[in-house]
Amino acid sequence: MLNIPCPWCGLRSEVEFSSGGESEVIRPLDPLKKSDHEWSDYLFNRTNKKGWHVERWYHIHGCRKWFHIERNTITHEIRSSWPITEKHPEGNLSVSYSDREQ
Amino acid sequence: MTRYSALNLFQKSRDGHKGWPEAWRKPAPKSSYDIVIVGGGGHGLATAYYLAKNYGINNIAVLEKGWIGGGNTGRNTTIIRSNYLWNESAHLYELSLKLYEKLSQELNFNIMLSQRGVINLAHSQSEMHEVTRRVSAIRLNGIDSEVLTPDQIKSLIPIINLSSKSRYPILGGSIQRRGGVARHDAVAWGFARAADNLGIDIIENCEVLSVSTSNGIVRSLETTRGCIGAKKFGFVVSGHSSVLAEKAGFRLPICSQPLQALVSEPLKPFFDVVLMSGTVHVYLSQSDKGELVLGAGTDKYNSYSQRGSLSVIEEMMSASLELFPILSRLKVMRMWGRIVDICPDASPIIGNTPLRNLYINCGWGTGGFKATPGSGYVFAHNIATGEPHNLAAPFSLDRFAKGKLIDEHGAAAVAH
Repeated sequence: MLNIPCPWCGLRSEVEFSSGGESEVIRPLDPLKKSDHEWSDYLFNRTNKKGWHVERWYHIHGCRKWFHIERNTITHEIRSSWPITEKHPEGNLSVSYSDREQ
Repeated sequence: MTRYSALNLFQKSRDGHKGWPEAWRKPAPKSSYDIVIVGGGGHGLATAYYLAKNYGINNIAVLEKGWIGGGNTGRNTTIIRSNYLWNESAHLYELSLKLYEKLSQELNFNIMLSQRGVINLAHSQSEMHEVTRRVSAIRLNGIDSEVLTPDQIKSLIPIINLSSKSRYPILGGSIQRRGGVARHDAVAWGFARAADNLGIDIIENCEVLSVSTSNGIVRSLETTRGCIGAKKFGFVVSGHSSVLAEKAGFRLPICSQPLQALVSEPLKPFFDVVLMSGTVHVYLSQSDKGELVLGAGTDKYNSYSQRGSLSVIEEMMSASLELFPILSRLKVMRMWGRIVDICPDASPIIGNTPLRNLYINCGWGTGGFKATPGSGYVFAHNIATGEPHNLAAPFSLDRFAKGKLIDEHGAAAVAH
């Protein structure tokens, strides 16, 4: 059972959340210019990392806000969480809506 | 290979069963083979077996990072059925069920196939409509399936709770009488022994560390037991498919998630079918040892840890008690998780990859055990000829770019 640190509510039980999958999936701003392969890569392909994994969660039975966490998919350890619109606190991960291609 | 037979069993019993040879050799890996299969689960072993049997290719190695029967093949709920909605899936799983029906004879290994019938429950009027539609679709594909009334279900499972006061009352269901269970370890061991007998090297404790590629083909694999080259390669590694694909330089539409199951303490025989309910989410059967085998849902997050969250088990237990209040004091003996490779459309990927001599068979998700022989059969055809088998062609990796998904989320019978 995971205890997930919501940036707003603190440490809460996993049952209050729903998983939103990998943070690195970012919708292209110009879908019409993408080939079928590029579009299906965005829609379906995932890095599915073994080890440290940056992912989105939704506090659906709590504050109902989205956020990112960094979780180890082998040990289930969670080492950081931050709001959905912000960059990773240490700045070494470029997964945020503000990083969308312009 | 010493044939297993009643006479042989009797003769060996006279010296205390000390004279049995090992079921398969433990060879050291050679530096190169015609074909290397990565993944010594049921699907990988079946692939190697059918490559040797149907295509006469014997210079094959099967690499397994752990031991035979230690992965998902030994960690499932052993259910076999072919009652799938869409034509593509129905034909593939039916091939597998037909191969299962003859497998004990063919492998000379008792896989303990028990075609006791698989029942799916419906708990609402709309579910009854869906069940009727599915049964019709399945029968049009020539596969046995029947609609059941609540009374018929009660006569098959006397302990079931049919009360209309249930939160999710039972309005009916469907049955595939040819469905059932088999012993999962025996399927792995039987295929391993038969493949070994045809000259295939099964190499355990051999993990692939890196994949060496050039000019669009795989040259060799660096493993914990040395470098192994081959003309063709097959990856059949379920939950670790994305990890291996990344080493080979391509991406897959797969998420690896834990799927949990458990067994109870042994009870006297009282439950002789397989029962599944998608609404209250449980699937269960009673093993020959008397344990109830109960399957839960997947955890909704990615994991490679072979364990899941207790909340999933609690949901499954409350579902079981809804159906069988008589089980309220039943004790759990063992529980486990396995890492399943789930595709966006809940259908497998079988076929060619961006690398010309590399083939992949993965994405079986929560229902791979029932497909073991069929999966090996069509994948062997793919590797031997370079072209997908007719039945496997719709399951190619490029179906995602083409938008030709085969949505079987519903046909998993329980929604994972």
